[in-house]
Amino acid sequence: MIKTRKGWALAAGILAVSTTALAAPPSAEMLSNACAGCHGTNGGSAGLTMPSLAGQSKEAIVDAMKKYKSGERKSTIMGRLAKGYSDAQIVAMGEFFSKKKIHATNQTLDPVKVAKGASLQEANCSRCHLEEGREGKDDTPAMASQWLPYLQIQMNQYLTDQRKMPEKMAEKVKPLSKADLDALLHYYASVK
Amino acid sequence: MTLDRRDFLKLMGAGAGVSLAGCATQQTAAVGEAMSKSGGRRVVVVGGGYGGTVAAKYIRMLDSSIEVVLIEPNKQFVSCPFSNLYIGGLLKDLSSLTIGYDKLAANHGIKMVHDTVTAVDPVKKTVTVSTGTIDYDRLVVSPGVDFRAEELEGYNLATTPEIMPHAWKAGPQTLLLRKQLEAMPNGGTVVLTVPVSPFRCPPGPYERTSMIAMYLKEHKPKSKIVVLDANPDIASKPGLFRKGWAKHYASIIDYRKAQKVTAVNEKNRSVFVEGIEEIKGDVVNVIPPQRAGKIAQVAGLIGPDKAWCPVDATTFESKLHKNIHVIGDACIAGAMPKSGYSANSEAKVCATNVVAMMNGKETTELSGINTCFSYISAKEAISVAGVYTVKGGAIIAVPNSGGVSPDLSELEAIYAESWLKNILTEMST
Ligand SMILES: Cc1cc2nc3c(=O)[nH]c(=O)nc-3n(C[C@H](O)[C@H](O)[C@H](O)COP(=O)(O)OP(=O)(O)OC[C@H]3O[C@@H](n4cnc5c(N)ncnc54)[C@H](O)[C@@H]3O)c2cc1C
Ligand code: HEC
Ligand code: HEC
Repeated sequence: MIKTRKGWALAAGILAVSTTALAAPPSAEMLSNACAGCHGTNGGSAGLTMPSLAGQSKEAIVDAMKKYKSGERKSTIMGRLAKGYSDAQIVAMGEFFSKKKIHATNQTLDPVKVAKGASLQEANCSRCHLEEGREGKDDTPAMASQWLPYLQIQMNQYLTDQRKMPEKMAEKVKPLSKADLDALLHYYASVK
Repeated sequence: MTLDRRDFLKLMGAGAGVSLAGCATQQTAAVGEAMSKSGGRRVVVVGGGYGGTVAAKYIRMLDSSIEVVLIEPNKQFVSCPFSNLYIGGLLKDLSSLTIGYDKLAANHGIKMVHDTVTAVDPVKKTVTVSTGTIDYDRLVVSPGVDFRAEELEGYNLATTPEIMPHAWKAGPQTLLLRKQLEAMPNGGTVVLTVPVSPFRCPPGPYERTSMIAMYLKEHKPKSKIVVLDANPDIASKPGLFRKGWAKHYASIIDYRKAQKVTAVNEKNRSVFVEGIEEIKGDVVNVIPPQRAGKIAQVAGLIGPDKAWCPVDATTFESKLHKNIHVIGDACIAGAMPKSGYSANSEAKVCATNVVAMMNGKETTELSGINTCFSYISAKEAISVAGVYTVKGGAIIAVPNSGGVSPDLSELEAIYAESWLKNILTEMST
């Protein structure tokens, strides 16, 4: 017993480890790296139901995070996490992920549905989901190469009123059949 | 019932077998009599688990002029997260929980050394492996946990786990516990013992209880599971676990709080509560009390609590030895629990600041996350989540953030699978 105490005192003697000088506040990288355990390194997701953030627009990420934080957008986990960040930190993370290359996925997709989606997107969705879904108007999220299962979960949440659809998007979405909508999601998932 | 290495590999499934064959041809760094540095700067990372792989990777991503040597005895790593699902029968083998190091090493130019570190010299700045010593400028230690077997009378580290498995390090122990459950007669009793906190993965024992109860309910409905918890109550997400157990397993789980197991008897396959009451089981899952992995002790990194390693909250540098950083389960990370997600998050904070310190740059304050998903049934999971910051030199949860799921959720079980995929991909590519 005494021996261990002494051992400890000795160890404490060597210690001399300086307390670190003042550290800079968390950088965009420091903040965003913590998200990567779920969303993948640099926001490129390998899990089919977890959205990639890489290449997502800054506005879309900031808008999503603010809505998660306020509870306006329903979520399982993001609401609890978003509450841990200031608005400035959210913007910094939006910037970080938006600068990463889009995470090109290689999904097995039904080519018939992809083709059908391609024929529907121009007239219905392209006003806001620009450049074949690679970009978005204002806070509209990019969808190119996003995992199909994630997009399907989101569309289902819109259709069952668990996520509030922008009115103008609803005008386009509501008249379409479930099969057409699924074809559109296949199409966006296929865009490289 | 013991498993040898061949059984183990067979049971790990075909996928694992293939990548293992790949490992045989893998180039590992040549460790001669001594692996001295040729002028450059080197970080040595001890332990290729949740913390070590990610620290090694991010140091190389942040500054590829720093040489990184990752030392890990095993050619493959088996994840504890989701191993409870195998025990419950939701996974047919451990292949989806098993990763190799080839891609990680190749993608980031990390030098792999498959060996065990047996000594650290903090003055000469070397670690000792079987073939000699390896020099470092900075050392990152992420060895996980070791068992405080001396607190369980009659517990022999070599023999007891073969009779009463802990399955608290994934691999052969996980397979053994499952085998024992399969061999148990309908009407048998499973005993699961929970050590005093803090231990690796606070919700882990209760997720395991749920998964074992799920198996019993379906396959051995006359059986039950007795949980002897040394803690005053369920140590994580108590409300949600109770709700889940009441919904699915009311007649199967016999949960007893404040029941500290202090002794075991291999011959009787039994445990003693406070040295007095003997409780026998057909399957006995003893999860022993824990401390930082053995190398942390050997290297003199453990603090006055004789269990865990005190570290700086910004750099994860040991408070006992300069130039040595400790992350993951082994370190005292304030409010961040001992989980795989915490280890992942700590590794990145540590990597960022190791690189800054080696370049004479300003360090950056920690921003961390933890999330632990726990399965309650085949389709429902719950979670706890937290965001962390530093205040007054200590890691604290950001006020008014984080918390537990409102209810059992099928969607969380779906997201949890992708979480596993992503975090294992972070570690292995
Ligand atoms: C049943 C169970 C379920 C869990 N579920 C979850 C979950 O759902 N989510 C979650 O976030 N966490 C979970 N955890 C916790 C998680 O497994 C640990 O917190 C995590 O593994 C800690 O990472 P680490 O790097 O500290 O240690 P580990 O991941 O254990 O890695 C340590 C590595 O170091 C190596 N090593 C040790 N000593 C030496 C040495 N001397 N020389 C060289 N190498 C050495 C070991 O071989 C090992 O590979 C669970 C744990 C258990 C037991
Ligand atoms: C525990 C895993 C986890 C962590 C950690 C995590 N996320 Fe998420 N993220 C999710 C899940 C799951 C969703 C889907 C919504 C939900 O149910 O929470 C999501 C959705 C999102 C979305 C919406 C994407 C879209 O296109 O609709 C954004 C933006 C996002 N997360 C940003 C972040 C940021 C920034 C961080 C780090 C501060 C982070 N996430 C950390 C799991 C996680
Ligand atoms: C008027 C503009 C507009 C139109 C038209 C529009 N959208 Fe959207 N879309 C948005 C905005 C804005 C969001 C994000 C809104 C939110 O916060 O939920 C969004 C989000 C989505 C999402 C969720 C993506 C994610 O990462 O979370 C899907 C899926 C989607 N749209 C599909 C479609 C489809 C399919 C069409 C065509 C039928 C369409 N949208 C038409 C503006 C539009």
